[in-house]
Amino acid sequence: MEHEVVTLGAQPTRRSMAPGGDAARRRMVESLTEHVLEWVIRLCGISAILFVFGIFFFVLREGVGLLFGDFSLWKFLSSTEWYPTSRSNVRYGVLSLIVGTLSVTTTAMLIAVPFGLGAAIFVSEFCDKRAKEGLKIVIELLAAIPSVVWGFIGISVMNPLIQTVFHVPVGLNVLNGALLLALMSVPIMVSIGEDALKAVPDSFREAAVALGATRWQVIYRVLVPAAKNGLLAAVLLGVGRAVGETMAVLMATGHAVNIPHSVFDPVRTLTATIAAELGEASVGSPHYQVLFLIGILLFSITFAVNLTADLIVKGVRRK
Amino acid sequence: MINATLMLRWSGAALLALGLLGASCKRKTETTEATVSSATAAPTDKKKESIQNIGSDTMVNLAQAWAEEYGKLAPNVSIEVSGGGSGVGIAALINGTANIANASRKLEPEELEKAKKQTGKEPQEFMVGYDGLAIYVSKSNPIEEISLEDLSEIYREGGKFNKWSDLGIKSIPGAKSDDIIRVSRQNNSGTYHYFREVVICKKADYKSGSLDMNGSKDVVELVAKTPGAIGYSGLGYATGDVKIVKVSKKKGEPAVMPAIASVLDKTYPISRPLFMYTPGEPDPQVKAYLSWIMAEPGQKIVEKSGYVPLNKK
Repeated sequence: MEHEVVTLGAQPTRRSMAPGGDAARRRMVESLTEHVLEWVIRLCGISAILFVFGIFFFVLREGVGLLFGDFSLWKFLSSTEWYPTSRSNVRYGVLSLIVGTLSVTTTAMLIAVPFGLGAAIFVSEFCDKRAKEGLKIVIELLAAIPSVVWGFIGISVMNPLIQTVFHVPVGLNVLNGALLLALMSVPIMVSIGEDALKAVPDSFREAAVALGATRWQVIYRVLVPAAKNGLLAAVLLGVGRAVGETMAVLMATGHAVNIPHSVFDPVRTLTATIAAELGEASVGSPHYQVLFLIGILLFSITFAVNLTADLIVKGVRRK
Repeated sequence: MINATLMLRWSGAALLALGLLGASCKRKTETTEATVSSATAAPTDKKKESIQNIGSDTMVNLAQAWAEEYGKLAPNVSIEVSGGGSGVGIAALINGTANIANASRKLEPEELEKAKKQTGKEPQEFMVGYDGLAIYVSKSNPIEEISLEDLSEIYREGGKFNKWSDLGIKSIPGAKSDDIIRVSRQNNSGTYHYFREVVICKKADYKSGSLDMNGSKDVVELVAKTPGAIGYSGLGYATGDVKIVKVSKKKGEPAVMPAIASVLDKTYPISRPLFMYTPGEPDPQVKAYLSWIMAEPGQKIVEKSGYVPLNKK
């Protein structure tokens, strides 16, 4: 029996003559593939964790060496003077860059959240089926535009537009970058927000309507609270996109080390600084290490955002 | 209970894999070093016919024009040009990944030392042309000339001039405010270093808050679109949409327009030589290219691209 199973593979003509052996073989192969596949899928599952830790480890290894010298972490975080290549007085202060990132992201979210969630509600609740399909395709198209192209639009279209509309001297500023980031994060918000609203059972809607609620009341009192988690996830993914975006903000914010006093001031973000300067910094030099330290900072910011999101979602769920 | 043991098992596996990842990281750096050293060996390898030419953004158009023309003369040689800034080119020279590094500034002594230590060879310098650093303002700006001292006050950290009225410019048509919008370059740019050294003074720094562009062309484009802006960039990037301001060495001295003649006779105060560096003695292929650049046909292209050719003497 055992022997036959082994030789069977080499002699397929005999297969029909040994049905019992064939079944056993198939069973063995099946359980084997089952096992292998299970492992592959497990590996896929934990690979995300591995990559995150791997990247964190690498960034940390490149940047952390600086912290043990006479480098002051406090000065790094609190000084606005960013002069990494000065000949006379090198200063690594990233406060303006942090404020730059925060100001662009906040402004972008102020624009994107109402638009994104509004569009999600419209697509999921008000559209007829054909308009819905059409809108979804267009919105996905919006998500597929490369960020360099957005940057291009920022420089060539928005720059003169902002100058003339708002009567400001520079068109490359917080508002320009924020508008681009808002346009880039709206598609994410719409598709995830729409999924969240779709997941609310129709019985909720029917019950609300039966109680005499208007359409607005159904959305405001029933659907949005019911889909809270998903909508929050949509917003936070948008925030993540905005914090991490590099190319468009590099081109559209003016790239000026500056604490902004209004949305019409040019700024520079953390990501843009890394992108613009890492190419030149010689490997292992303090400038290089500082840029990796900025990387750690960015990592911590996104980690904090995600963690808060998780905690909020869990808190909401418990209630 | 089962969950807890499972989790323990998995976290153990994760840790193990993490260790492996760390080890592979280490191995990776070793292999990159190996490729780097083979790249430095490349110039001596006569079969390799591709020349890597990396560096200065000021020179990238010029380098491209040279590479194209030379490609017609010597079809067996392919020259790959990329920009990024003088700093990038010099970093590539030090790492040995460039056959020719373009730089719009001289190599710093420390960089020379580093290159010697890394590649074991003395980098060779070739002067291939000159560039006038033009001061650009928007077309509507009435300013005609500016002195180096005024430029320094505008750009230097702690400099006094922040408004156009400080320079005696009453109003600029189309400008929304009196502020001088300083357009500068990213800090690995050779132009940035040169401007700091010659205009701002070696020991000082730029004023914070300037718009730092990533390319010579971007400076000119932004100035063209921003009425209250001032910027510096290579003469080769001048377009019809901006105005070039005459520059004087000191207040009261005659101001000079950047041009081939004024750069060559050194009356224009902010002009600089353009360099190409090779790691060690260039191999015949690269040498032929460099001597073609420095000879008549190459220098014609320099002039055609808006730069200043070497003095024929």
